Amino acid sequence: MNSNKNIASPLVININNVYKSFGELEVLKGINLSVFKGENMAILGKSGSGKSVLIKMMIGLLQPDKGEVFVLNQEVKNLQGKELDALRLRIGFSFQNSALYDSMNVFQNLAFPLIMNHKNLSKAEISHAVEEALVAVGLESKELQMPADLSGGQRKRIGIARTLILKPEIMLYDEPTSGLDPVTSSEINALIVSVQKEYRTTSVIITHDLTCAKVTCNRIAVLVEGAFLKVGTFEEVFNQQTDLISPFYNYNFIQ
Amino acid sequence: MLVKQNKPYVINKKIDSYFDGVYHAFKFVKRFFAQVIRPPFHFKEVINQSYEIGIKSLSLITLTGFIVGMVFTKQTRPSLEDFGATSWLPSLIGIAIVRALAALVTALICAGKVGSSIGAELGSMKVTEQIDAMEVSAINPFKYLVVTRVLATSLTIPILALYCSFVGLLGSYLNVYGSEASSLTMFYKNAFSDISFLDIFASVVKSIFYGFTIGMVGCYKGYYATQGTRGVGKAANEAVVLSMFLIFVEEIIIVQVSNWIRLY
Ligand SMILES: Nc1ncnc2c1ncn2[C@@H]1O[C@H](COP(=O)(O)OP(=O)(O)OP(=O)(O)O)[C@@H](O)[C@H]1O
Ligand SMILES: [Mg+2]
Repeated sequence: MNSNKNIASPLVININNVYKSFGELEVLKGINLSVFKGENMAILGKSGSGKSVLIKMMIGLLQPDKGEVFVLNQEVKNLQGKELDALRLRIGFSFQNSALYDSMNVFQNLAFPLIMNHKNLSKAEISHAVEEALVAVGLESKELQMPADLSGGQRKRIGIARTLILKPEIMLYDEPTSGLDPVTSSEINALIVSVQKEYRTTSVIITHDLTCAKVTCNRIAVLVEGAFLKVGTFEEVFNQQTDLISPFYNYNFIQ
Repeated sequence: MLVKQNKPYVINKKIDSYFDGVYHAFKFVKRFFAQVIRPPFHFKEVINQSYEIGIKSLSLITLTGFIVGMVFTKQTRPSLEDFGATSWLPSLIGIAIVRALAALVTALICAGKVGSSIGAELGSMKVTEQIDAMEVSAINPFKYLVVTRVLATSLTIPILALYCSFVGLLGSYLNVYGSEASSLTMFYKNAFSDISFLDIFASVVKSIFYGFTIGMVGCYKGYYATQGTRGVGKAANEAVVLSMFLIFVEEIIIVQVSNWIRLY
């Protein structure tokens, strides 16, 4: 895959010199990133490097201390109320721990965002949409199960289905394959690729799984010590190995 | 580079953070009033929550109310007998239960039962990012979770308190019947002879305040839970302690105010 092709397409996410600290802890120190329409961008970085913090800024769950985050040409920090909701409806966010609603079964989990955002839908339309989203993630038979009774991989897929039901233009995945076995991981990877094709989304995928990054993403950004060390295609990033990047490579492919 | 300097404290760290907490809590209450009047209204969820609260506490309130009424009567009887004034018993019990005990007993039971479960439920939703998940799908979690629960407790607890006075009087009647065999209607007539509309009204108003407090404190503690599963237990626990404390404070204030109204 070629990154140059994407440079010509419009900018979807633009992060400009972003800083973020929690108390004394400086997590992000001058982040710059551009994600273009239709591409999948992976963000790699070790645990605690601030990947989740960064992706949460893209949807306004956290605000930067300094710098700007533009999504679909709007600065997230300046949006409030209805405007922020309108932007969030165009973005799907898959949480690291799935964040399914414990008190609702799978059907209700998927129907909830739909019902709350589109008041006039009929029962048939809702169950059709739920069905469609469940088919997309390959879990049609689980409608009546409670989240507590699902496996980790199934929870991740239901979490993804819950965001797909609102037909987002942008998908943000926070570690879609972490804690899963290689077989389930590769199923999730295939799902991410098929979501990109079918729903024509632009995606940001946070991961420390290089297979996931290689299979699903057009470009990769490596987050080290609060800033991006390298941004480019998989080959560009991993051909010139540095002390900071090679540990990832070694862990994923040599071990 | 961002250089963080140590935040200077106005008085000292502890006192500052205490007032910070009070300020935050008031902002939370203000947010409730700002949102409760704006659509969308989740009536169905308010009904669901009210039903939950009722189901959760009904058996305990029945039992406690009944026993309080019965025991209170039994213990009061000897003192009245000394003066040969046992005929005053029903009206005395009526005043004690309707004016004071029912609302307080109901509030304390609900603080334990309902307050802790709201704190734990919202706390676990917070630490497992379910509240964030609502936010990112453009659902207002404050409105859907907090406003509905506070409305539900403010509506349900007064009803439970009235029910508690009814059951309490029933328990008291059982004791009276054991020694005097008066009829139930006669008993209720005597019991309510000294109770004015103001008493019942004040008791309902009091319960609305208690209900509001229980819902608000439970939601506040849950909504700002931190530190994973440990935080959930902490939220539930703090919700009970703080709401009980506030209920006693409110009791003192409301009794003063209603006595004052009674005098004029
Ligand atoms: N709300 C918060 N309050 C205080 N500190 C926070 C908060 N959120 C994140 N942090 C801190 O910021 C740092 C980065 O956290 P983050 O969750 O972004 O890591 P991550 O890169 O996603 O790691 P992982 O791969 O383990 O998920 C951590 O040290 C964390 O303790
Ligand atoms: Mg993370």
